[in-house]
Amino acid sequence: MHLYELPIHQLRDKIDRQEVSPAEVLAAFYRRINEVEERVKAYITLTEEQAGVRASEPLSGPLAGVPLAIKDNISTAGIKTTCSSRLLANYVPPYDATVVNRLNQAGAIILGKTNLDEFAMGSSTENSGLYPTRNPWNLECVPGGSSGGSAAAVAAGAAAGALGSDTGGSIRQPAAFCGVVGLKPTYGNVSRYGLVAFASSLDQIGPITKDVADAALLLNAICGHDPLDSTSVDRPQPDYTQFIKEGVQGMRIGLPREYFSMDFDQEVKTSVLAAVQRLEQAGARVEEVSLPSADFALAAYYIIAPAEASSNLARYDGVRYGYRSKQNAKLSEMFTSTRSQGFGDEVKRRIMLGTYALSSGYYDAYYLKAQQARTLIKEDFDQLFKEYDLLISPTTPTTAFKFGEMSDPIDMYQADIFTVPVNIAGIPAISLPCGLDSKGLPIGLQMMGGHFAEGKILQAAYTLEQLLAFKEQPAEVGGAE
Amino acid sequence: MRMEYEVVIGLEVHAQLATVSKIFCGCSTEFGGEANSQICPICLGLPGTLPVLNKKVVDYALMAGLALNCELSRHSKFDRKNYFYPDLPKAYQISQFDRPICQNGYIEIETAAGRKRIGITRIHMEEDAGKLNHEGSIDCSTGSLVDYNRTGVPLIEIVSEPDLRSPAETREYLNQLKQILQYLGVSDCNMEEGSLRCDANVSLRPLGQKEFGTKTELKNMNSFKAVEKALHYEITRQRSLLEQGKKVVQETRTWDDNLAQTISMREKEEAHDYRYFPEPDLLPLEVDHSWIEQIRSNLPELPREKKERFIDQYGLPEYDAGVLTASRALADFFEEGVRAYHEPKAISNWMMGEFLRLLKEAGITVEQAKITGQLLAELLQLIDEGTISSKLAKTVFAESFKTGKDPAAIVEEKGLKQISDQGQLDQLVSRVIAAHPAVVADIRNGKDQAIGFLVGQIMKETRGKANPGLVNKLIREKIETG
Repeated sequence: MHLYELPIHQLRDKIDRQEVSPAEVLAAFYRRINEVEERVKAYITLTEEQAGVRASEPLSGPLAGVPLAIKDNISTAGIKTTCSSRLLANYVPPYDATVVNRLNQAGAIILGKTNLDEFAMGSSTENSGLYPTRNPWNLECVPGGSSGGSAAAVAAGAAAGALGSDTGGSIRQPAAFCGVVGLKPTYGNVSRYGLVAFASSLDQIGPITKDVADAALLLNAICGHDPLDSTSVDRPQPDYTQFIKEGVQGMRIGLPREYFSMDFDQEVKTSVLAAVQRLEQAGARVEEVSLPSADFALAAYYIIAPAEASSNLARYDGVRYGYRSKQNAKLSEMFTSTRSQGFGDEVKRRIMLGTYALSSGYYDAYYLKAQQARTLIKEDFDQLFKEYDLLISPTTPTTAFKFGEMSDPIDMYQADIFTVPVNIAGIPAISLPCGLDSKGLPIGLQMMGGHFAEGKILQAAYTLEQLLAFKEQPAEVGGAE
Repeated sequence: MRMEYEVVIGLEVHAQLATVSKIFCGCSTEFGGEANSQICPICLGLPGTLPVLNKKVVDYALMAGLALNCELSRHSKFDRKNYFYPDLPKAYQISQFDRPICQNGYIEIETAAGRKRIGITRIHMEEDAGKLNHEGSIDCSTGSLVDYNRTGVPLIEIVSEPDLRSPAETREYLNQLKQILQYLGVSDCNMEEGSLRCDANVSLRPLGQKEFGTKTELKNMNSFKAVEKALHYEITRQRSLLEQGKKVVQETRTWDDNLAQTISMREKEEAHDYRYFPEPDLLPLEVDHSWIEQIRSNLPELPREKKERFIDQYGLPEYDAGVLTASRALADFFEEGVRAYHEPKAISNWMMGEFLRLLKEAGITVEQAKITGQLLAELLQLIDEGTISSKLAKTVFAESFKTGKDPAAIVEEKGLKQISDQGQLDQLVSRVIAAHPAVVADIRNGKDQAIGFLVGQIMKETRGKANPGLVNKLIREKIETG
């Protein structure tokens, strides 16, 4: 077993027992990055020098010496934070995001910043303003997105774990495509301070890891109230690792009828239902349930998210930082040409959608309507979680698709159909691998819980992980000698 | 026949709140710092930063709302007002759109026709923008620099109903508003430093007509006087258009103080769409009963209450009470004096005379003056005790005003003590009588007022220090007996 293949909790044991030093672990990961990065292209920036300095210092904390990757839309002081956009290609924040501070305090070491769809808008990293990341299971396939770089890095052993951000599925979908675990926490459980905003009311940072226990470890490190984020919730924090134990006896699990009756990949459906059966055999009570408002979720999402994005991305005007167009004889010309040249097509599309939805005369018909739909969706979920501990669905309707396969943006948006409602409702959800399809690509299963039910989700996910014993490794990048 | 028009004016006043730190971050709000020295990632709107509401801003807005007789909103929220400009680093201003913190209030103003109520539509909280500094002159500028120190300084916008009917009423409304905000301590209302800014909407309509005429919006008025002048100009301009049968164009006009006229900024109000929507980075603002009660119980006495109390409690004439309550500092000065001296009217006279005159000469505020109410009281006691003459007291007051020294010390130091020693004065009186036989003869012949000349001579010789009453008495005695 190579060091880079180990989950975080095993690495930590080795470091604690002084079988290996943080510097040795770090070196092993950079060797692995050198091996695979040319093919996978998970990273935008590698911070080998800073990481080396840090590994030589005395580190303490629950993540002491653990090398992690950070999605490049999370601010890191003194390290470029590009959001994979031409507009921010040379932007260096003067401050650390709260999650980065917390990881540092927990003793973690940052390996580098990972690729994403520009400003986290997309499901494949094809919208990256720099280059796409490739799926370690099949280099002709996308790794998913927008946190495709983070998921691919973890899958390829190029990071022990990673942070992603999830606005409509951007942690869970790439985790599913890359055969790793991705957790989207309850809205307000993890501080957004320092996360470059896409859609403020939906964005949430979360871990992408090799297994469920690692997800609990990383969540412990990053969660909790932050006075710098007014939307972060002030409540007592549980130790999430205490939920890393087997047991679903008596747990009530719902399968949303509306999801499973959709037309999607049969292999995905079969694999997810087989996994559900394993949980049932282990003592869970499984029932079909109804989520009638789920139909509106995607439509509401594609109003709310672009509306907020159109406002959040307005600050990239060439005045203070980032790219500035040379065509700037007049102020309005500078604004227009900077943004026309700086943003990619998908970002422009969403800014236009959002601007339109917020315009006077359309606001009531679009934005207000979408917020009303949001309320209904929330109520539907709240109602279900009075009776059920968890809901289970596939994470994605298909396994990883090929580059260029989803040329129509609407097809691409459909890829988020199972993940988006979770963000709309602000609830937590996890994706974990439940098998491979006939092409040898991983299938993701999604577990959703009520607000702040991360503990329950982790326990059920851990139980399923043990039952399935999914041990396959990505074929394409292979092991090192 | 000449048509009579009624003037309709509504005001939008922006007041900078006197908080120590900005509305959404911890940066200082102090005026006049070196450009971009009071900024941080949050007020610069750097990617990933988030606003956190300064509770003091809400306190101040609630105080203003209570003092301006508003309904306070228990459920309020912030919204984003989206527009591009280099002084607006997030390209949106966090403001309040459809649920402002206060609504439906009023201010009472004094007019020639008696007391009048001016409605206040709303008060909302928002953040200020930065400041552009153009290199060179505005028409041939080679570039612009942005100073973000002001970005995120808290503002309240106070919107009046279109209840004002003349420039004079408008001025009175502004005076009252400024006085109230200053009393509350929520804003220093300094127009030169831009902490009070005022835009006016003005229109004319035929007298008796219900519908409003077409309005213009006036901007860039940097003093109350400028507001009054701009309104006069604009009313005359609109009236002359209407009288010629022309139409008033709805537009924004800027006041040019040098040209003394309003100038069109852009034809027709640009259809600005700010695409307001609720600010997702801030929670809805819930103001509970106990918060409101806590603000209410700490509300200071307001100008009108104070004026009435000064009349009742100290027996001051209404005019005096009005002058002394013009600012909280002046009123506090007065009350400090009254606590140490038994005659409020005497304190009032000295304040309205010497004190205000010296303040004006020195060009300083009450707060900046070194003299205190206590020192004024001590001075009045020295007069009462006969230690100094009331004439020399003015010299002592001026000295104390300048230095803050206590009057007794000044009297001592400068040797201004009144001469009431009869023996010393006797000699002087004898000498003066001997030197002016003609005047003495006049007095003996019944020209009583000529005695003043002799007193004057003695005052001159003693450089004003002789006790004038005593001198007068001695002269009379000497002339009668001599």
